[in-house]
Amino acid sequence: MTTLHSPCLVGCATGFSGDRTDGAPPVVRTLAARGGGTLIFETLAERTLALAQLARNQDPEAGYEPLLDDLVGPVLGDCLRHGIDIVSNFGAANPPAAARRIAAIAAEQGLPAPRIAVIHGDALDSPEQRALLRQRLGPEFDRLDVVSANAYLGAEEIAQALRAGAQVVVAGRVADPSLTVGPVLAHYGWRADDWPRLGRATMAGHLLECGTQVSGGYFAVPGLKDVPGLHETGFPIAEIDADGACVIGKAGNTGGRVDARTVKEQLLYEVHDPARYLTPDVVADLSQAGVTELGGDRVAVHGITGHARPDELKVNVCYRGGWLAEAEISYAGVQAEARARLAGEIVARRIGSAMKLRIDLIGAMSILADDGGAMLGGVPDRHRQDVRLRVAARHDDRATAERVLREVTALYCCGPAGGGGVRTSLRPRLATLSCTVPREIAAAGWTLQEARR
Amino acid sequence: MTTVNVPLYRLAHSRTGDKGDISNISLIAWDAECYAVLLSEATEVRVAQWFGYRKPTRVTRYVLPGLQAMNFVLEGVLDGGVNSALNLDAHGKGLSFHLLALQVEAPAELAARLPDVPA
Repeated sequence: MTTLHSPCLVGCATGFSGDRTDGAPPVVRTLAARGGGTLIFETLAERTLALAQLARNQDPEAGYEPLLDDLVGPVLGDCLRHGIDIVSNFGAANPPAAARRIAAIAAEQGLPAPRIAVIHGDALDSPEQRALLRQRLGPEFDRLDVVSANAYLGAEEIAQALRAGAQVVVAGRVADPSLTVGPVLAHYGWRADDWPRLGRATMAGHLLECGTQVSGGYFAVPGLKDVPGLHETGFPIAEIDADGACVIGKAGNTGGRVDARTVKEQLLYEVHDPARYLTPDVVADLSQAGVTELGGDRVAVHGITGHARPDELKVNVCYRGGWLAEAEISYAGVQAEARARLAGEIVARRIGSAMKLRIDLIGAMSILADDGGAMLGGVPDRHRQDVRLRVAARHDDRATAERVLREVTALYCCGPAGGGGVRTSLRPRLATLSCTVPREIAAAGWTLQEARR
Repeated sequence: MTTVNVPLYRLAHSRTGDKGDISNISLIAWDAECYAVLLSEATEVRVAQWFGYRKPTRVTRYVLPGLQAMNFVLEGVLDGGVNSALNLDAHGKGLSFHLLALQVEAPAELAARLPDVPA
């Protein structure tokens, strides 16, 4: 069993909804061999929660991470046996339903009923809460077809639930690093205003929250930065000491690598001012951070501190953002790039001013270019011989957006010679707005789910 | 001191993150000597010019001496970000590799030992 003086171990087995689902077993085996710890899953990007809310609107028992069974099922028994707590935001838009599903998984596997806590209060859907959002976001808010509005909760409720004996904590929207700070707070019992320690633990959570992005994923450049075993990259485990300082490692017997470079890249990921990394728990300060390689895929992080937490909570509002139309057609061989450019011009002339189009020449110039076409227009025909034209547009009206699909499809007969491989897609788009609100507006709390067999 | 032009990918590595219409691009030197080159060559002005076609409203460079790294924050470069951009890569994930293609002046002696990839 862990004690106050043994480091707090936190392993992270997913970095987003859609990540590999087989990361958890090696993390759990490693934690079990070291006497327990916490397993976290981060599954909630900005739009994921809105998608979950749409699912819940269709089915009141849906709205949590669709891969919940695949994530929890294979490791729940080992976690319960070895004293490994599970903490995650996989509750998405429906944490109580996710908790019920986990209880059912335990029952199906013949396990003792786990103590499951549900975090609540992130969803801002009462009339008073929506009125405040309107005040903060302006009258434009009234014109939005809002799907979801959620505050980013912090670590306190997670820590309280764990201290009360929860073995699984199911949250919806909480700040990603708080998934780590919660168990660390519960482990060491720091004061909620111990800013330097909270700052350090927050950056440990920041390093973990994208899964393998710190342990060799999203890093490899052949010849410059090679990574072994990327087909079986190990997910990360942080050892966090009583001062909040951490050593980052990874699950045993896996691929990937943890070295100074992988840790530095992830430390700065999605950071703006390094002296002010804002979370609900603390303003972390990594401006003086340093890293030391300890060997054996372990890196110590030092020099981090923290300052008083922001007064208000960040809120993310998701609303329906019209239709995204995309259509593609390929050209190969002599004058392929010229034919693709000509095809793009034909579509642009026929659509006219109905929509703003984006034209890409995949294989010649695409993702580095801008929507306005400044870069593409400035690059001459370089006679690329295998080019795929992509035309994209957004419109509130579905039928208007659909015209893009039809015009690109018609290039089969009416366009330049030899076009092939048309693919089209029309999808509803979700857009987001953010603001901050006073903490007391979000009634953050937790409840232990009643055991039901 | 003789200098030669080298692309940043021979001196440093990089990763992009995004929040709304803001892109942050880290630039992490291989070592202290490379970091010294970054400090003098990878300036806010150079980086703002390099990304000029995306019309940044502001470019800020934060330096992290303990990591021999810097963090560029480019505002207004993502065509509105994931909300409204029509780019296949609406997050701008690939922008770090655009930064790494920027040519800077480095001492010839240093350049001779830098890693490289096949042309």
